[in-house]
Amino acid sequence: MASSSSYNSPCAACKFLRRKCMPGCIFAPYFPPEEPQKFANVHKIFGASNVTKLLNELLPHQREDAVNSLAYEAEARVRDPVYGCVGAISFLQRQVQRLQKELDAANADLIRFACNEIPTALPAPPGVSSIQPMAPRQRPVEFSRRMGNEGDAFYQPSAYSHPYILPWSDNPSGDTNDGGGEGNNM
Amino acid sequence: MMPGGGRCAACKYLRRRCPSDCIFSHYFPANDPQRFVCVHKIYGASNVAKMLQQLPANLQAEAADSLSFEARHRVEDPVYGCVGIIHRLHEQIHNAETQLARTQAQLSVFISTRID
Repeated sequence: MASSSSYNSPCAACKFLRRKCMPGCIFAPYFPPEEPQKFANVHKIFGASNVTKLLNELLPHQREDAVNSLAYEAEARVRDPVYGCVGAISFLQRQVQRLQKELDAANADLIRFACNEIPTALPAPPGVSSIQPMAPRQRPVEFSRRMGNEGDAFYQPSAYSHPYILPWSDNPSGDTNDGGGEGNNM
Repeated sequence: MMPGGGRCAACKYLRRRCPSDCIFSHYFPANDPQRFVCVHKIYGASNVAKMLQQLPANLQAEAADSLSFEARHRVEDPVYGCVGIIHRLHEQIHNAETQLARTQAQLSVFISTRID
């Protein structure tokens, strides 16, 4: 956590606001003078007094993460004044949906292979007991265990049912997914 | 001013007259007061007006929607806001890619077994 001592130089916020950086300045720990753009973006989008209010409502140990996420949102909004970081959410949701489809297809192929292999187990070579361990038979169990979710939160449908419902429902161009920006079908 | 002459949610909240060219009236209707409350709390009304006015008219609605989305998530999660969503999506993508790689590796084993 960067700390700007008023003995050395004012923090980026006080420099920007052209005021004395007092001991206990709420911005000083999070807006070092070496990163002037961070505060400039946050000030432009949220305003200094709104940020002060937000930080005052949080516990001290939460403030650094809050400032960093505000800075992220502010920078995204400066770069994209229409969508801000909601544009990134939309893009990532489409990636998740695409990967889900690929995974579904790969798992379907795996089931097909696993099912096809069971009736076509190789005959025992001469001299060996005809009772062979059916190695392919193990795979469906392992596979179904995976299907049943070994704790990998990704494959649980509920992991996708987070309501990241974006405010518009246009289908992203180039996607075959019908869900568009809606989060329900992730 | 809203159709029918009523005030928009912003002007109602700010207790002022809603002029005919109110920048908020199209995007903050009176029937959804919470939408304006959130953006005002996080960005401030004058910031929102400035941001909207700097955009062409055909993009203002989507900008208002995305600002509302971010503001709502910041109110719900004051520490991470919608950056929390981005983190979770990155995690989901990472998990999916890992699982896909595993599944594809298993498929390769099957395919090579069948070729043999």
